[in-house]
Amino acid sequence: MTAAISEPGAEAAETSVAVKKPSGGGLGRYVLIRFLLIIPTIFILTTLVFFLMRITGDPISASMGGRLTTDQLAERIHAAGYDRPILVQYLEYMGNLLKGDFGTAISDGQPVSSILLNYGTATVELVFYALIVAFIIGIPLGMLAAYHRDKAPDAALRILAILGYATPVFFAGMILKLVFGVFLPILPVAGRGTTETEYIMSGVVGPTRFYIIDAIRIGNVEVLGDVLAHAVLPAIALGVLTAGVFLRLVRTNLIGTLGQQYIDSGRSRGISEFRLVTKHAYRPALIPIITVMGMQIALMLAGAVLTETTFEWKGLGFKLAEYLTARDFVAVQGIVVFLAIIVALTNFLVDVIAAFIDPRVRY
Amino acid sequence: MSENVNETNTAKSILDVESLNVTFSTDGGDVHAVKDVSLSVTPGEVLAIVGESGSGKTVTARSILGLLPETAQRSGAVIVSGEDVLSVSGEQLRKMRGTDVSMVFQEPSTALNPVYTVGWQIAEGLRAHHRRASKAELKAKVITAMEQVGIPDAQNRFDYYPHQFSGGQKQRIVIAMALALGAELIVADEPTTALDVTVQAEILDLLRDLRDETGTAIVLITHNMGVVADLADRVAVMYRGDLVEVSSVKQLFSDPKEQYTRDLLGAVPRLGSTVVGSRKAAAASAKQDRAGESARESAGDSAGDSAGADADPGKPRDERESIVVARNLDIVYPGGFGRSDFQAVSSVSFDIKAGEVYGLVGESGSGKTTIGRAIAGLTRASGGSLKVLGHEMVGFKERAFSPIRRRIGFVFQDPAASFNPHLTIGECVAEPFAIHQRDMSPRDREKRVLELLDSVRLPKAYGARYPHELSGGQRQRASLARGLALDPELLVADEPTSALDVSVQAKVLELFVELQNRFDFAALFISHDLAVVDMLSDRIGVLFHGELLEEGTGEQVLGSPSNDYTKRLIASLPVPDPDEQAKRRGLARGLRTTAG
Amino acid sequence: MSTPDNTSQAPGSNESLAEVAPGSGVPAIAYDDKAKKSWFNRLPIVSHLRQSVGLQRGMLITGLILCGIVLICAVFAPLIAPYGFNQLGTAEGNFGSKLPPGGTHIWGTTVGGYDVFSRVVWGAQTAVAVIIVAVIMSLFAGVILGLVSGYLGGWLDRILVVIADAVYAFPTLLLALVMSIAISGGQSSAWGGIAAAAFSITVVFIPQYFRVVRAETLRLKAEPFVESAIVLGASKTRIISKHIFRNATRTLPLIFTLNSSEAILTLAGLGFLGFGIEPTSASEWGYDLNKALPDVTSGVWWTSVYPGLTIVLTVLGITLVGESMNDLNDPRLRVRRKAKTKDAK
Repeated sequence: MTAAISEPGAEAAETSVAVKKPSGGGLGRYVLIRFLLIIPTIFILTTLVFFLMRITGDPISASMGGRLTTDQLAERIHAAGYDRPILVQYLEYMGNLLKGDFGTAISDGQPVSSILLNYGTATVELVFYALIVAFIIGIPLGMLAAYHRDKAPDAALRILAILGYATPVFFAGMILKLVFGVFLPILPVAGRGTTETEYIMSGVVGPTRFYIIDAIRIGNVEVLGDVLAHAVLPAIALGVLTAGVFLRLVRTNLIGTLGQQYIDSGRSRGISEFRLVTKHAYRPALIPIITVMGMQIALMLAGAVLTETTFEWKGLGFKLAEYLTARDFVAVQGIVVFLAIIVALTNFLVDVIAAFIDPRVRY
Repeated sequence: MSENVNETNTAKSILDVESLNVTFSTDGGDVHAVKDVSLSVTPGEVLAIVGESGSGKTVTARSILGLLPETAQRSGAVIVSGEDVLSVSGEQLRKMRGTDVSMVFQEPSTALNPVYTVGWQIAEGLRAHHRRASKAELKAKVITAMEQVGIPDAQNRFDYYPHQFSGGQKQRIVIAMALALGAELIVADEPTTALDVTVQAEILDLLRDLRDETGTAIVLITHNMGVVADLADRVAVMYRGDLVEVSSVKQLFSDPKEQYTRDLLGAVPRLGSTVVGSRKAAAASAKQDRAGESARESAGDSAGDSAGADADPGKPRDERESIVVARNLDIVYPGGFGRSDFQAVSSVSFDIKAGEVYGLVGESGSGKTTIGRAIAGLTRASGGSLKVLGHEMVGFKERAFSPIRRRIGFVFQDPAASFNPHLTIGECVAEPFAIHQRDMSPRDREKRVLELLDSVRLPKAYGARYPHELSGGQRQRASLARGLALDPELLVADEPTSALDVSVQAKVLELFVELQNRFDFAALFISHDLAVVDMLSDRIGVLFHGELLEEGTGEQVLGSPSNDYTKRLIASLPVPDPDEQAKRRGLARGLRTTAG
Repeated sequence: MSTPDNTSQAPGSNESLAEVAPGSGVPAIAYDDKAKKSWFNRLPIVSHLRQSVGLQRGMLITGLILCGIVLICAVFAPLIAPYGFNQLGTAEGNFGSKLPPGGTHIWGTTVGGYDVFSRVVWGAQTAVAVIIVAVIMSLFAGVILGLVSGYLGGWLDRILVVIADAVYAFPTLLLALVMSIAISGGQSSAWGGIAAAAFSITVVFIPQYFRVVRAETLRLKAEPFVESAIVLGASKTRIISKHIFRNATRTLPLIFTLNSSEAILTLAGLGFLGFGIEPTSASEWGYDLNKALPDVTSGVWWTSVYPGLTIVLTVLGITLVGESMNDLNDPRLRVRRKAKTKDAK
């Protein structure tokens, strides 16, 4: 780093006729290094969550504290092995995690891994819909704001974006429910489908549990329509929040790149302002945008917890809230750790995509 | 005042600027950046606009393409190919840009979009004006343009990204972009300032050839009088928004009309010139030739315990002790994970004697700054030996070195960044006392600070000002004051004047020489500018890619260089004299072809 | 190599052969004026307000007004709110449940029989308390860790960076959830609830301050003015405290505001998931929204709309202030006045 500062542009010393040869393999190495970095991240997060969750005591007392006698409680604790030294429990927990065992929920006795499997897809589906909404709204509007920078449309769009960000996703959900479920009852406001749809879905052989895919697979147009109708409001509630963030992100980064000299260079050759924004400035701006979007997807998972609760969308967030109420901290811990792993993986993927777009890393 | 010089036939001219005024709003109020400027350029002519920072030359250049921000207020007319840039519609202006007038930018690395291939970028300009051109047509045109600016193997490099080219090649591509649409007027804003001199010479050659072949007129914006002498036909001198004079290049250099121009030309450092009052000037008259040979002899290990040795003004310089001794010095920047190490300096040996000014010259990436930093203990030396005031710097421990630090001063390149913005100049200059002489009473300290400010010719009141309230030259004076506060035996000056305008540079150099005479400190003077180094150094070392190619007195190194690179470096330096420069140009071309 | 003249469109410092000191007259330059600025005008928000023009100024002022209203509600809650936050009725009897807005209850009453308006006003107190405690705690911890870690480098730095990055990537709400389980076992008790919420949010924000301050410290470490202190032989403590600290904390007011809005949203999210503060100990908007969730489908809108809108406006206000400060700090984003047209002669 110091080298770069003290001797700016070391390569400029070559005479101007020499051309550097492209050196391949840069991207491969980058992906590998970036992948190896996930491991400490996941390790730290799981460790952190494990110890934090255990500071106030064992999960059995937390969950059953008031309902069992002291003896019964001690017996349950002993049976579950929570009376062993914490480090032993920690090592056992990490070992089980490696095998894909997230423990067993106390309240309903289900293995947490099967909860993750059964409900995780619903969450992924919701985040996917919301992402589409966020992209469709956020990116073009961000470009529009940058294009009309500091004029009335820009100011209006920015306020809109801040409003999107300032509205808690559950409040947005409640307003949507109020408007489209009560005042103007045209859309379903709860669940992933009607009871009938849920019944048909439970009968699907070898389900992917992504309702939209399963509906297409069984070829039932009515079910497909119902599934989509149920998705509209939750997707908008969660998507609009993220769209606001995307709008600001695209705007700021575009304005940043629009100040670069290569934009002036393009302008000096008669390239239109519209093309400068949508093409010349957009692609360089995309690299930081994509990286930050990765973090936003992580935040969407947290938003999904709140959205699912609002719309009774039976995904991981809905279950998380349920287990929180039941004070079932084994299940809570399992879901949180799982979400943390998903976040780490998403950030990795996003960084790889950003690197792939950047030719300076690719070559 | 420009009317009488602009007698060139206006009907024929390709660019007419008529009483242009530009005003900006800044944090500190409105700035009238260009005041009533009138200029004209005929086809095939190179008009240079020269001036120092704040002269309004860049603003004038950008107005020619209508590239000023919306906050700028403009009046007057800028007529390009018969149409007024200031009053045409946006769409019409877009159509004019690229086809009628085009621009070459200062910094090639930022003028190219890093995420698109160069071929695509050149083609963009064509696409903007010929909507229906086919892909193959565009590619053929782009390749012709790339070949025209001397990019070898253009067919393949069409798909290269900017970072795969060197700095000089990037600038060639920027020029290709400007030319691709056949604009008959090109505005080149400091096109070679970001480049090393050897590369600068090539780009200037290219621009001249293009003018000769295509008859393109060029408006050349520059602060460098050598570049003006090399390329321009006519010269417009600007100062604080005013057009001072417009003359033909011959007349400007031989017989400038205005006092300002004369002063400006007088301030330009030239090879072989000296700063008035320098010992070198005295030495030149008293012709003393033994300097070079004895330099190497007296080096040795005797310097090892020179720790307490004060400079002895009685002895001639070459018999004094060496206070910096480098022997086969290597400096390697360790690479990160999966990246190879970078050898910045390899096997360099030299000496700096007490009271001597050693000039280190080299282009970017030569390792000159790295050596300066290693001497000051800012960068770790990795191999060989580097003794500074008797202390071995290879593998040094901060604790052991720290008492020696007070005997070394350092002046940084960037005057804007070398002071803590939250401290006053007085506090900054007092820093050395606060660190090394804690028992000094506040009153004594203040007295010393005022003495120091006085010795660098800054008014006493400036001690209470904040760094941003001083100009670049003033800050660099204050920086010298801080560097000299503890009466150091050695001063490392890393490009101390390269961020300054020539006129300011001349004054700072003069001050440097005066202080050096007065306090008799040894100095390592690092610069990329041969002429500056030549002006005040007793001995000069030439660095290239981390190796010391040649060293000796200014006369030896610059007068009769033995190394090919040194020869090329000297020949590439444009001199502020059109006739002399024409001769040197031929010489430089010859050297380039032999070097390959 | 840097150059004397580049593309700077508005000449900042002019030098001539005479080398005129800036501020000593021609041409008009900012310096003189800056030197005379009082400490008041150099305060973060005040200076921003003075710099701003047009739309940017409008946004900043709107934000400041919204923030001001929330602060006033928080400080004077006992005077503004007609009833206590946990008051179910007066001497004349209970308020009644789900009363529509109007009459003695301008915003109606909740399912539990509380006065909505009073709870919204009291909620400001909780929100402000949580923000102040959380942001100040994370500010101190984050800044100190960032400075030391960034300047000293080495193993400590590497470990802290990996931890901070891991925590930073973790969704804030989930981390706050885990923290509040760790602190209070998920139980909310009196003012302990506020402390728990504040502390949970603190932990979430420490990595953000840490990253910003560390990055600034690293940048400053390579600045010539810090290197010149190193060359002079200044001690590490002196360099960190005298040269780096004030320069590295330049952007903190900005992050402070942006974090405040995130803190409110996190607090509301915690409340919505049932980790809020019981209505008997304090009023909290997110908790009220949680309780209002079933009301929505039956058309009882006032229990959710008022506290919800309050959250939106509060976050909007803080964000407007933060965004405007961000724009004004960044010369690329700052809008300048148009120069007045002057006659050429």
